[in-house]
Amino acid sequence: MSRLELQTPNHAQLVVEGLYKDLERRIESSPPGLCPVDISRAFLELCHAQSCGKCVPCRVGLGQLKNLLTDVLDGKADIRTLTAIRETAQSIMESADCAIGYEAANMVYKGAVGFKEDYLEHIMYHRCLSTLNQPVPCVFRCPARVDIPGYIALVREGRYEDAIRLIRKDNPFPTTCGFICEHPCEDLCRRNMIDDAVNIRGLKRMASDAAGYVAPPECAPSTGRQVAVVGGGPSGLSAAYYLQLMGHQVTVYEMLPELGGMLRYGIPNYRLPKERLDQDIQAILDTGVKVEFGKDIGKDISLAELKEQYDAVLISIGASTDKKMGLEGEDADGVISAVQFLRNVALGQEERLDGQEVAVIGGGNVSMDAVRTAVRLGAKKVSILYRRRVADMTALPDEIQGAEAEGVEIRTLMAPSRVEKNEEGKVEGIWVTPQMISVIRNGRPSVRPSGEEDVLIPCQTLIVAIGQDIEYQHFEESGVPVQRGRISVEKFGGFEEMPGVFAGGDCASGPSTVISAVAAGKVIAANIDEYLGYHHEIRSDVEIPEPILEDKQPCGRVNMTEREAGERICDFEGVENCMTTAEACQEASRCLRCDHFGYGIFKGGRDIKW
Amino acid sequence: MVNVTINHREISVPEGTTIMEAAASIHIQIPKLCYLKDVNEISACRICVVEVEGQSRLVTSCNNVVEEGMVIYTNSPRVRRNRRHTIEMLLSQHNMECPMCVRSGNCSLQSIANDLNVVGSFYKQELVLQEWDMHFPLIREANKCIKCMRCIQICDKVQGMNVWDVSGTGSRTTVGVSGCRDITSADCTLCGQCVTHCPTGALRERDDTTSFYRALEREDTVVVAQIAPAVRAAWGESLGLSREEAAVGKIADALRRMGVDYVFDTSFSADLTIMEEAHEFVEKFTKGELEEDTMFTSCCPGWVSFMKTQYPQMTGCLSTAKSPQQMFGAVMKSAFAKKLGIEPERIYAVSIMPCLAKKAEREMTLFYEEFAGHDVDCVLTTRELDRMLKADYIDPHTLEDVEFDRPFGESSGAGVIFGATGGVMEAALRSAYFMVTGENPPADAFKEIRGVKQKGWTEAEFDIAGKKVSIAVVSGLKNTRMLMEAIRKKKVHYHFVEVMACPGGCSGGGGQPIHDGYELAGERGENLYFLDKNAKIRFSHENPDIRTLYQEYMGEPGGKRAHQLLHTEHRI
Repeated sequence: MSRLELQTPNHAQLVVEGLYKDLERRIESSPPGLCPVDISRAFLELCHAQSCGKCVPCRVGLGQLKNLLTDVLDGKADIRTLTAIRETAQSIMESADCAIGYEAANMVYKGAVGFKEDYLEHIMYHRCLSTLNQPVPCVFRCPARVDIPGYIALVREGRYEDAIRLIRKDNPFPTTCGFICEHPCEDLCRRNMIDDAVNIRGLKRMASDAAGYVAPPECAPSTGRQVAVVGGGPSGLSAAYYLQLMGHQVTVYEMLPELGGMLRYGIPNYRLPKERLDQDIQAILDTGVKVEFGKDIGKDISLAELKEQYDAVLISIGASTDKKMGLEGEDADGVISAVQFLRNVALGQEERLDGQEVAVIGGGNVSMDAVRTAVRLGAKKVSILYRRRVADMTALPDEIQGAEAEGVEIRTLMAPSRVEKNEEGKVEGIWVTPQMISVIRNGRPSVRPSGEEDVLIPCQTLIVAIGQDIEYQHFEESGVPVQRGRISVEKFGGFEEMPGVFAGGDCASGPSTVISAVAAGKVIAANIDEYLGYHHEIRSDVEIPEPILEDKQPCGRVNMTEREAGERICDFEGVENCMTTAEACQEASRCLRCDHFGYGIFKGGRDIKW
Repeated sequence: MVNVTINHREISVPEGTTIMEAAASIHIQIPKLCYLKDVNEISACRICVVEVEGQSRLVTSCNNVVEEGMVIYTNSPRVRRNRRHTIEMLLSQHNMECPMCVRSGNCSLQSIANDLNVVGSFYKQELVLQEWDMHFPLIREANKCIKCMRCIQICDKVQGMNVWDVSGTGSRTTVGVSGCRDITSADCTLCGQCVTHCPTGALRERDDTTSFYRALEREDTVVVAQIAPAVRAAWGESLGLSREEAAVGKIADALRRMGVDYVFDTSFSADLTIMEEAHEFVEKFTKGELEEDTMFTSCCPGWVSFMKTQYPQMTGCLSTAKSPQQMFGAVMKSAFAKKLGIEPERIYAVSIMPCLAKKAEREMTLFYEEFAGHDVDCVLTTRELDRMLKADYIDPHTLEDVEFDRPFGESSGAGVIFGATGGVMEAALRSAYFMVTGENPPADAFKEIRGVKQKGWTEAEFDIAGKKVSIAVVSGLKNTRMLMEAIRKKKVHYHFVEVMACPGGCSGGGGQPIHDGYELAGERGENLYFLDKNAKIRFSHENPDIRTLYQEYMGEPGGKRAHQLLHTEHRI
């Protein structure tokens, strides 16, 4: 008889652990639009099965709670049932011995408060408020509702130009998005239920690389109507593209020397090579969009004048000024906002940083762009200073890893306190207060000072990447409603009080993703068309391949590779390598074609026009 | 051509053929439940699965096409096992009170379960709460619904009314009235197309036979029946009678055997409708009122209800003539009551209709000097008629082709074709031509407007006394909406438009016998045109009984009494 034994899991345990992994992936890719009450009930059943069975509230109570929820769903409940659910959940939360019990009840409680309307609809009318409008998960998650299964099928067949044409039905920036889209489409990918999400962005990149320049479709006959677009970023250009296709004449007013907005002046070349951005912009311009460069609305021409001269005006000025930290010494020489820094680099105005120590404040994508750009400008040492932990950063994990690979130091739990400058007013470093992670507030962990002494981080350039603001003053003075620093626009992209004026993109939403800007442009184009008294339809005549009947064997996801870090930091050329044709074909064949299989064949599988 | 092997037999079929069609071409039947060609190809029921060599999962045969070299098995052990499990799953949520179901014997679920020799199941019965307003003419029984979604698709794709939608999610997904509405406020036109395309008894008409039987029991009540034109083209289908055998006189015989006192033909009042409607048209047309406006027929209550809810601002364009059903009811409770020397209240008017919407139409009130109740007291569908024949154990083969009762026994071929798309228009034009020119056109002068059109509408232009009359004929409400939009946007203009809510007209009505997977409106319509061709009277205005009715009672078409009894203001 041995005194102690090493524990090894038995076969059943190993299988269950596998099932847990399956379930995790399944929950991650949970379909949109499900009844929250039914989902609560299902979660509760799982929680109940996890009970160790020692304590009454958990062993019995969770089951009774499930019965009450089932009554609601079966139409056997009345308003007292809802009270009973709330009170029982509260009791279990207060009296269960461990988290298995009290957290399970907490989930039910959150729902009973958070989606009370759904409970009431079931209780009072015995029906459900939930519906599936767009059941294809990737399309549902894409703000622009791009026909993703469609273009994946085209890439699989090697029909790259058709893939670009199909994407352009909903998004005139296929190349740009192939490089830098945040790909929310991949979040709920049903392929997750088998192994892993399809690399949708990678396939789009493949289509763009292989297709090269693809001419836009013919425009509708001219309507003679004129539309002004203020700001040539992704939302303005998207709207311009569709409006031009609809037969309206669009003029884009751009303050800077070239089009693209943040895509050109915010996103570094190594992430989105400018000649590739030009590929998208060229196709947009080839529809006949006119551009007035160097015009600043409010200085060179007023909104009122634009309203006079045009049948409709779109404000899409983006969010391109910096936020101030409000720190002592912030005005020091060598302190620069990330937006300004990246714009200077894009304009070719930024000097080299050879031999310098550079510190960047912030943990978002812009911060990553700034540090990686600083590395390429020859800085000796580049550090990120962030008040929370790496896990709390809002930047994409790939970007953080990319920065680390390029030698960037990430110093977390450091809150900036003041800027140190020399007699000449030049920055010498930044004092930071060490923090410790603390309780979760509004779903995010907060920090508090750890009590340690402030630390000086020496730097000769300090880049601030803590967010962007909108230059709305002229528009506010012209009567455009502004709230919390953003242009406050209705859901249709216009204003009740100002017919004919529309706004969208970052200036209305606050700093967001390129695909959200594209979506805003699309929505506004449709509504401007309606406003002008038309109903032009945007459609694509690309025929989409029928799904192939085949077994979907589990298969790894093709991830994009990158150029070697040591090599890529020496230039601003693109970092990411495209898939090979064979890889793209295999990756495309992983798509489960939710447009055809499942609910997609019944309803909402494909919007052929908008 | 594509070469495939099905159950070891090698065949060649055209590219794009579904597995199911390929199998059918060599007489291999594959069971199906949800599939409805072109309307519902969503592979939801999974009954039609087959095994394809090299595929680890089974494949639905209804919506997957054959590929070169495919080797298919329709009855492999895996197929057999899966199909059986699936049908048992459906049965586990099905109210299996089959003896009390109107679709027993004509239920696709029942017949597949029988075919598959299901004599028991391990699955537990799981029924849901049944909630429905059982007074509504259309009834949905939640526990008979197999969620095939056909009703949703028919209502969306063919009728464009979107009354039904998927409701709930997950395991509780079912069919419900769309937009969290109640059926009574969903603008349902009661066309009944969802009923005739339901594979089970989940959707049916409200059964009104009890009211009819009660009337037969009352000694002081005179029960008077009318039989709609389209009923004669379909009633024999579920009784084992061929089209030739199923003469309309046999229905009259059957109703008399049940105890009905007088049996008339709605084709008679269709002639009456033509007298009023053609008169109205000629008057409006010659006054030039139709150069801007359009006059629409008003005999289809599904269409009238559509107009009232979808285009309320255009309700004034409807002909004010009541439908033949309502006109006949009004005649029975006025002229006929007078003839019998009894109070109108003692007359119980029942009509046999191919239609569910007629059950709602009869609720309109009759004002005849003072309130006189309803024109019609009870509406029974063709299906209810057939069920009553069975219930009385009347052997249909013993029925005789008898005459209708006097004094409204005659009807013209023009009245008979009311039951098919284009028929009302054709009948109206025949008489309008006469009213304008004083002479009859050739009876088949307007036949180019006949026939079922799947998409869009039929338009034509005719010359009447040197004037061009442009008309359109449309059936199916999605087509109707397309036409209405074209008219509203002034893309087209017609003087006179006939609308029937059901595709193909009343012969494809929501109250007609159900044959899963078959559309019989066209075939039944041809039957009506055959009867018209062989009728001894082809023009409504030549119907001698109509003339007598006007002479003895109604006065002139469009006259005061006619207006009081035979017209309506289409109040909403």
